Amino acid sequence: MKTITLHVNGLEWTATAEHRTHLADHLRENLGLTGTHIGCEHGVCGACTIEIDGAPARSCITYAAACEGRQVRTIEGFDHDPVMAQLRDAFTAEHALQCGYCTPGMLVTARDIVMRLPQADEARIRHELAGNLCRCTGYRGIVRAIERVLVERRDPAHAD
Amino acid sequence: MKAAAFDHVRPEGVSQALALLARSDGGAKVCGGSQSLGPMLNLRLVQVDSLIDLGRLDELRRVELLDNVLRIGAAVTHARIEDGELPDVTRGLLPMVAANIAYRAVRNRGTIGGSLAHADPAADWVSTMCLLDAAILLVGPKGERRIRASAFFIGPFTTALETDEVIAAVEVPHFSPQARWSYRKVCRKPGEFADAIGAAWVDPGQGIARALMGSLDSMPFVVEGVEALGALRRPGGLSQMLDDAGVTEPYERDVHAAMLRRALADIGES
Repeated sequence: MKTITLHVNGLEWTATAEHRTHLADHLRENLGLTGTHIGCEHGVCGACTIEIDGAPARSCITYAAACEGRQVRTIEGFDHDPVMAQLRDAFTAEHALQCGYCTPGMLVTARDIVMRLPQADEARIRHELAGNLCRCTGYRGIVRAIERVLVERRDPAHAD
Repeated sequence: MKAAAFDHVRPEGVSQALALLARSDGGAKVCGGSQSLGPMLNLRLVQVDSLIDLGRLDELRRVELLDNVLRIGAAVTHARIEDGELPDVTRGLLPMVAANIAYRAVRNRGTIGGSLAHADPAADWVSTMCLLDAAILLVGPKGERRIRASAFFIGPFTTALETDEVIAAVEVPHFSPQARWSYRKVCRKPGEFADAIGAAWVDPGQGIARALMGSLDSMPFVVEGVEALGALRRPGGLSQMLDDAGVTEPYERDVHAAMLRRALADIGES
């Protein structure tokens, strides 16, 4: 076992975990943050996408012990984030979720697209979103929701 | 699935990492961002006694612009290359390749040295470094040694890296202003490993003409020289290269030929 200290959603959390425990399991099982979902556990589906030091990462193929001292932000840490608030509204308006399993990872990736690629068009959004799978196949709504936020931010007059 | 038990160790420097490796009796494996090894550990395709994590060592995250080469530390992430943080000595080749590796969340963690050490024949840095025949800088208990990509990659997932060595950096040559390159790949879905890679690099000022077929069952297949590239443009030329590279399955022959044909068209007459 290893004692690991992480800064998660602005709070310092110290907990023990096995060396082999990946970050998603650590967040869910040891810190009780079950908003991070686990799908494939080998880096393909994107459900477990969270932020480490402000950059999206797969928490299933990143070991918790490798994140000692790092800033981790899970879906629970975006409650008061204005961009995420816009994305949540847009996801609702565009029916961008059905079962909701992929949604935490989708939102973290969506926020990264909005922040990093403000000029992204539909094709670019689809390309960037390729690493997040939605088994309800709700991509149309998800892409539209991200597009909506990008347009709103480029021209606030478009906001409802 | 969950990885089998291992010890996760974070050495404070490369020398400590080498000492840990030497003591491990072959049971340790080195990782950078764990974006290739992590999936294999989770799927239990690989089991290790200990994982020596070099991903955060400052001495491996450095980039140095030298007279003839750009020396990229092994723990530099794909995302840093994608974002243009490094001096661009390759007229855009490295950022373009980096931007199309897997997904952004993977590129934020995955490292260039980790990708080369992993030696997946479908990996983009493997094909890129073979195209450039870049020098890979290894460090072990006996000191440093430099090895060309063509000699470093022995076969799929097999390199010339000794069990007590780690990759310190990769050295990429400077392109001249006349250099032209192309890197084409076809993936079933963006971010997947490629079905086929075709790449070419000509630099008349430096007498360089190289073309590559990558993502084969074996390591990338390179042909070199202006005449060899000319032969590829003639009828039957690509077919001969496919034979030489051991590609037999009709779909694979088609996609590999298509990617290389496009790459050659991109660079124009050499």
